Amino acid sequence: MSAVTHQVLGRRRRPVVDAASDMAVIARRNVIKITRVPEVLVFVLLSPIMFVLLFGYVFGNSIDVPGTGYREFLIAGIFAQTVLFGATFTGAGIAEDMQKGIIDRFRSLPMSRGAVLAGRTASDVIYNVLSVIIMALTGLAVGWRIRGSVLDALLGFALLLLFGYAISWVMAYVALLVPSVEVINNASFMVIMPLTFVANTFVPSDDLPGPLRAFAEWNPVSAVTQASRELFGNIPAGVPEPDAWSLQHPVLYTLLWAVATVAVFAPLSVARYQRTGRR
Amino acid sequence: MTAPPAAIHARGLRKRFGEVEALAGLDLTVPQGTVLGLLGPNGAGKTTAVSILTTLLEPEEGTATIAGADLRTEPDDVRRRIGLSGQFAAVDEVLTGRENLDMIGRLYRLDRRTARRRAGELLERFDLVDAGDRPVTTYSGGMRRRLDLAGALVAEPPVLFLDEPTTGLDPRSRIDLWGVIRELVERGTTLLLTTQYLEEADQLADDIVVIDHGRAIAQGTADQLKGQVGGERIELVVGDARRIPDALAVVAPHSTADVEVRAATRTLLAPVARGVDVLAEVLHELRGRGIEVSDIGLRRPTLDDVFLTLTGHRAGGDDRREPEEDRSGDDRGDDRRDDGRRQDELVEVRA
Repeated sequence: MSAVTHQVLGRRRRPVVDAASDMAVIARRNVIKITRVPEVLVFVLLSPIMFVLLFGYVFGNSIDVPGTGYREFLIAGIFAQTVLFGATFTGAGIAEDMQKGIIDRFRSLPMSRGAVLAGRTASDVIYNVLSVIIMALTGLAVGWRIRGSVLDALLGFALLLLFGYAISWVMAYVALLVPSVEVINNASFMVIMPLTFVANTFVPSDDLPGPLRAFAEWNPVSAVTQASRELFGNIPAGVPEPDAWSLQHPVLYTLLWAVATVAVFAPLSVARYQRTGRR
Repeated sequence: MTAPPAAIHARGLRKRFGEVEALAGLDLTVPQGTVLGLLGPNGAGKTTAVSILTTLLEPEEGTATIAGADLRTEPDDVRRRIGLSGQFAAVDEVLTGRENLDMIGRLYRLDRRTARRRAGELLERFDLVDAGDRPVTTYSGGMRRRLDLAGALVAEPPVLFLDEPTTGLDPRSRIDLWGVIRELVERGTTLLLTTQYLEEADQLADDIVVIDHGRAIAQGTADQLKGQVGGERIELVVGDARRIPDALAVVAPHSTADVEVRAATRTLLAPVARGVDVLAEVLHELRGRGIEVSDIGLRRPTLDDVFLTLTGHRAGGDDRREPEEDRSGDDRGDDRRDDGRRQDELVEVRA
């Protein structure tokens, strides 16, 4: 038996350490890919700038938000939308790996079963960290300000990233179900557009008609937007307290929602990954 | 004294994809240190068999042990003992060759230094040192295939699965890859190889299992299989149709079975043993009698011949495919037929 074979077969197994190490290897691979194909990053970073400018200056003049300027109201909504879009990269990345057959390679290796997905969702947080930075800078340039404490602001950014991370597990699961990169792109569009628009992201949800209003109030995108507005101090004094519990406690609701989403979709995705074959 | 246990031992493997029975009770035994060629057309169940034996797919029925580890109860132990290189090079295109191998090494849980050292060794062995630090997107098809094979060898696994390792490669790259595979086998690796080419199985395998519709339909050494389909034939085209009876008189005594005469193309097909010697003698006698020869060659049985004999249908004409092989598409199928033709020509030139 050679030294190499011996290292593979004879080594003591430490499930937790091994899984973490596998996850790091996969995450590192994904990071290398991000740096090698910077074109992707350009679009990731340009789209939030575009949204701020489009919404801020096109709608900004016709949408009236009580007590504050529309752009100040808008930025938190764009933050929420951006991290949601950022999560779709997870789906696209996994679908591409499946299509190219490299998932089969991973599945034939004695690596931890969840590491490919956990490494992917973890490394994709980088996209969102970068977009949030670019977004914040753009926001500052068009007049948005953090009016609360620094600690609250940091909590706000952390909550946005956690929300994006949770959604990326949903996208991972969808990617394992659908047959190709093209389908996952269209499928995520179908999910993301209603989620971001039937919400308080771009217009106050109070004005929406009945059923849409209920959906908007309990939509986690509304909660994360509301939480950001609170934590960045973008809700001026005198704005009435929202009616729905979810929007009265947006930080808690977002946290619960994110934890529940990961708790459901991570095991589902890993189970699906084990059974998935090349296609 | 007992024989060493088989490196691959599978019994009664069954797998369906919807209506299609991809494997219909396949048994395989591969003794340690030997090469088994799994030969069959597109859709015969080769890839399904490999996917099951490498833990990628679960069989509906059947059992298997790989290097002593049970497929169902100890899949992780199976994965530790195997290397897989598939039909489609499963390497990351954006990473460099070295990064790919290093990553695979780390995922086999080699320590950092060993993984890096193995990556270097394998790049050298597969003649990829110069390309090692370039992204795989810049590699040719043959280089990708070599890198993929190198990936399967990172952990020096005792059992290796190669699923159509040379499909789609040009003849030169194919012969190069055969050399590499032979070297591995000399070092004692047990190999299960799937292929559509009898010639490839002939070159590399100790034993061949022919499968069709998920079942083994024949097993034996390359010579035994060729014997079953009649072995080599001399294919002779005479210049003048009126001389066919004379040519037949020359060829018949050398033939091991009835000579087939195709008058329309002025062609005689004569099954022979010791083909090259007989070819020389026949050519000499034909000249002696002044029979004009417009073409003569030694034709070895192709996969098509084997299939035609064993199943009564042609290998290429089967439109049933395994779902996971759908991606290969029709154009690929055409390539394969071209390859088959090229092999025939190659043999004739040599003869």
